[in-house]
Order: sequence, then C-alpha cells, then structure tokens
Amino acid sequence: MEHARLTVITGHYGAGKTNFAVNLALDAAERGEKCTVIDLDIVNPYFRTADFEKPFAQKGIDLYAPVYANSNLDIPSLNIPLESILAAGGRVIIDVGGDDEGAKALGRFAPVITACESTDMLYVINRYRYLTKEPAEAVQVMREIEYSCGLAHTGIVNNSSLGAETTADTVLASLPFAEETARLAGLPLRATCAVADAMPDEAPEPYTIRRCVKNLWE
Amino acid sequence: MAEKSLMKGNEALAEAALRAGCKCFFGYPITPQTEIAAYLSKRMPKVGGVFLQAESEVAAINMVYGCAGSGIRCMTSSSSPGISLKSEGISYIAGADLPCVIIDVMRGGPGLGGIQPSQADYYQITKGVGHGDYHIIVLAPSTVQEMADCVTKAFDLADKYRMPAVVLADGLLGQMMEPVAFDDAEIVMADASNKPWAANGHKNSRKHNIINSLYLQAPELERTVRERYERYAEIEKTETQAVADYCDDADIVVVAYGSTARLAKSAVDEARKLGIKAGAFRPVTLYPFPVNEINAAVKNAKKVLVVEMSMGQMIDDVKLAINCSKPVEFFGRTGGVIPAPAEILAKIKEMGGND
Repeated sequence: MEHARLTVITGHYGAGKTNFAVNLALDAAERGEKCTVIDLDIVNPYFRTADFEKPFAQKGIDLYAPVYANSNLDIPSLNIPLESILAAGGRVIIDVGGDDEGAKALGRFAPVITACESTDMLYVINRYRYLTKEPAEAVQVMREIEYSCGLAHTGIVNNSSLGAETTADTVLASLPFAEETARLAGLPLRATCAVADAMPDEAPEPYTIRRCVKNLWE
Repeated sequence: MAEKSLMKGNEALAEAALRAGCKCFFGYPITPQTEIAAYLSKRMPKVGGVFLQAESEVAAINMVYGCAGSGIRCMTSSSSPGISLKSEGISYIAGADLPCVIIDVMRGGPGLGGIQPSQADYYQITKGVGHGDYHIIVLAPSTVQEMADCVTKAFDLADKYRMPAVVLADGLLGQMMEPVAFDDAEIVMADASNKPWAANGHKNSRKHNIINSLYLQAPELERTVRERYERYAEIEKTETQAVADYCDDADIVVVAYGSTARLAKSAVDEARKLGIKAGAFRPVTLYPFPVNEINAAVKNAKKVLVVEMSMGQMIDDVKLAINCSKPVEFFGRTGGVIPAPAEILAKIKEMGGND
C-alpha cells in the first residue's frame, strides 16, 4: 500500500492496530527504509507494540514507548519527542490506544502531526469485534476518536479477522462491511489485511500481513 | 449458535454474565480486569440492568451481599489485591448462604505486585478467601469461550447450592482475544421467584426472611456450618470437572489449569512428536478438586509434573488428591513471568521423559 511519511493508526480496542503497525514497520525495515515506531497506547497493559522491542532492534527499527510500558506503575508517562523524531527523517508509525480513551494521548501531539507535510491517519476496523460489527457503529467509534484527539482520519484499513481461526471466507464476508464503513465515513478504503493463505482474490487493496501479535502456545 | 465474535476474555466474561441474567454489577477498577467493568458500564443500561462503580472493593462486595440477599443475580470482579479487600464480605456472603459470582483475574503478588498474569491466588481462592469454616465454588477457564461458559455455570451452581462461586482467571486470559460465540437467546434478567429465602418484601403473605451470618449460640452456629458441609459433600461428589488428554499411556502427566494448561498442552504435544509419552490433565473445577478424575489420569503414570504461574500452590492439592502415590515435581514461573512451552518441555525431558 502507498504510505505517507507519518502514519497514525487508530481503531476500536482489539481491532488489530498493533499487529498492523508491527507489519508496516517490519515491511519498511525490510525494504531498507529508516523507520521509527511510537507506542502511544496508555490504555492496554498487555499485547502492545512495546513487546516487540527485540525484533525491532534486530531490524534497526527505533521504538519509543511510554516510560512505564509493561511495568506495574499505573501512571503512564509519555516522554516522546515527536518533533525531533520527525526532524530526524525516515518513516514514523504511531500506534494509538483503543477507542476515544486511547486517542486522548494523541491529542497532545495534534499540532505537530498537523504540521507534518505527509500524514496518514488510518482507522483500523474489524467486522468481528464486538460493539463495532455494524458499519454505523464502526463510524461512530471513528468519530469519537477524532473528537477525542482533534485530528481527522484519511483512510480506512479493513483488518477483519478471527485471530488464529481466520480463513479466506472470514475476510471475504467482511468486504461489504468495509466498503459500507468507508462509504459512511467518506474515506477511501486503503487496505484489506489478511495473512497470505486467507487473502481472497476479491479483496480490494490487498495487504498481506503476518500474525505477529499472538500467544505463546501458538 | 450465533456468528463468532473476536473478544477479549474480560469482555466475553462480562457479556456472558448479562446473558446469564446478572442484573447488577458492583465493581472497582483494577488492571488487568478493568474491561469487565468498562464493558458492563456500556451494556448494562441497554438491557435494563444496574452498573455501579463503588467507592472501593469493600463497598462493592457488600453491595453484592445486599443484592444477593434480595435474590437477584449479581456479580463483582477484581484482580488479586482487590480480592484481598473483598475477603471479609465473601465470608459474610458464605455465612449467610447467598449466591453470587465473583471474578478474580489474577496478577502478580504479594502486595501491589505487578499487572502481568499470575496464578498466585490459588491458595487464597480455593481455600475460601475469608475467615471461617466454608468453601466457595471455583471454576478455572482456559480459553475465551470458556471464560463465557464458566460464568454461566458459576451463576447456576451458586444458585443451586446458595453459595458464592468464583471464576478464577489470570491476566493473560482476561486480555487475550479469541473467537467466541453466544447463543441467540434473548437476555432475560433472572428474578427471585424461585428463591423462597430471598428478603425481597413479604407483602404480608409469608413470614419475613432474614439474611444473617451471626449465630451467638455455639450449638446453633455448629448446626448451620454442618448443614453447609453436607452441601459441600454433595458438590465434591457431583460437580467436579476436568479434561485429560493422552493420559491413558502417559509416563509423565502434566497437571496445569487456566492459561498455563494451554502452555502445558503445547509442551505435551511437542513431547509426543518427539516420542515422549506425556499426557496433559487440566482441572476445570478447582473447588471441588477433581480427585477421581486425576487419579484415573495418573493411574499408569510414573511421575506427575505440576506447572503453575506461581511458586507452586495447586501442587499441594495434587499430592493430596493422589495421596502421594506417585512422585510429584513442579515447574513454575512467577511475578508475571509466563512459563514458555519450551521450558516445560525441557522439564519433561529432565524428568526422564526422553527414555
């Protein structure tokens, strides 16, 4: 998929934002691009971008995370110099926490993000996530996020999945939902994400991903 | 069954409570179970239920005490340090013979500990949590679907035996996402019509009911405790549940519950691929402990390995259940560290599983 220099990733809790962000970063690094990932999730204690410190380091991806990410201190502190990160060049990916609550942390960076010459703010949707199964519900959460952070989205990413049980039929059944969500939101559908063997031929803007966020027993 | 959704364990548990007719939820936030309260705060008003964030865990459990006394299905949830705060209330509820459901999504301890997953509340939960002679039913799910199923079962068992039932999960189960399905039945809030003991207004048509745990006459208190233990004997005889995989010909049976059972099962699958005769035994009910089931599972085993996300607590119940008839070894990680399947496999090999 085409990408801007700064990609901000938002969505409903559990829509698969982190997995999408990790894939974008690994793909960029594998193409030899300089890439920085910012974990802005101050809501979710587990399964977060900060868990990927080691694989990121191996591929030369810079990672910024809240100081107390994955620690027992329930006071997340964000010491992230976004302006200087952007000034240093290369691609920047921001993984935002879920829903409007998670997006609150993003609002503080809104002036810097707005000033960036090439920015994408992508809203990740998953038709199988409870409470956002209908396009109208998905768009409502998207508007709540925009209201919370003071920034507008530029595209929709269909990341519909049932985790390890995802098949091509799972993704296929999500296509009308994704199209209708994009139509209601008035935004382009920028990608349909699926693992290689679950990508249907009919998928618009296919983006093949790896399942990076998973359990130890898988 | 309806179409599957992708849900966090905590969300599935909360939705299942609604569908079991839980009308009132009283809680206080604590990681890693806060999604239960967050979810119910959105859903409860839509289905005619009550969501109340109490001023503390102590207040929440005492609201459950009062609500349960009126015969309404109710629930509270917390994580380890919060459960300690609820302990007095749980003892009172057990002493007043009231049904309710309590959720513990365990994190590392003692003290404030950490926010990563743990199973170090095993002693606390399976031994009743609070003071006095009593038991509470303890169910230990190991998948997101089971998080939902165990809540339904916990409400039914709590009502059947008039006692608290706990769903004992850990942070990993609470936070992880898996597909889950609920049946399409309409949500109906359970009423107190089948609870003749409920203190919900006698309307001058019956003798008034009293909710109480105070018995100052020793013989009377002994009588109430003994009556309760007759129910416990029935529960121990009829309500045990466990899952055994490849135990019939296993030399080493690996015993684990909750999310750790999935890590253990993964190690056992690997061991089988290497030709090692390993089996996996998973208690689903921790009280009542599945004594007959575990004895059947280890009948042909040479050794037993207990794996826990703690320094070893269930291992005592395993030894008691099999009357120390086999050597029982232990592997565990604690403080929020998750045991890796490769580490469990290494332990199986070390125990002679590669003969």
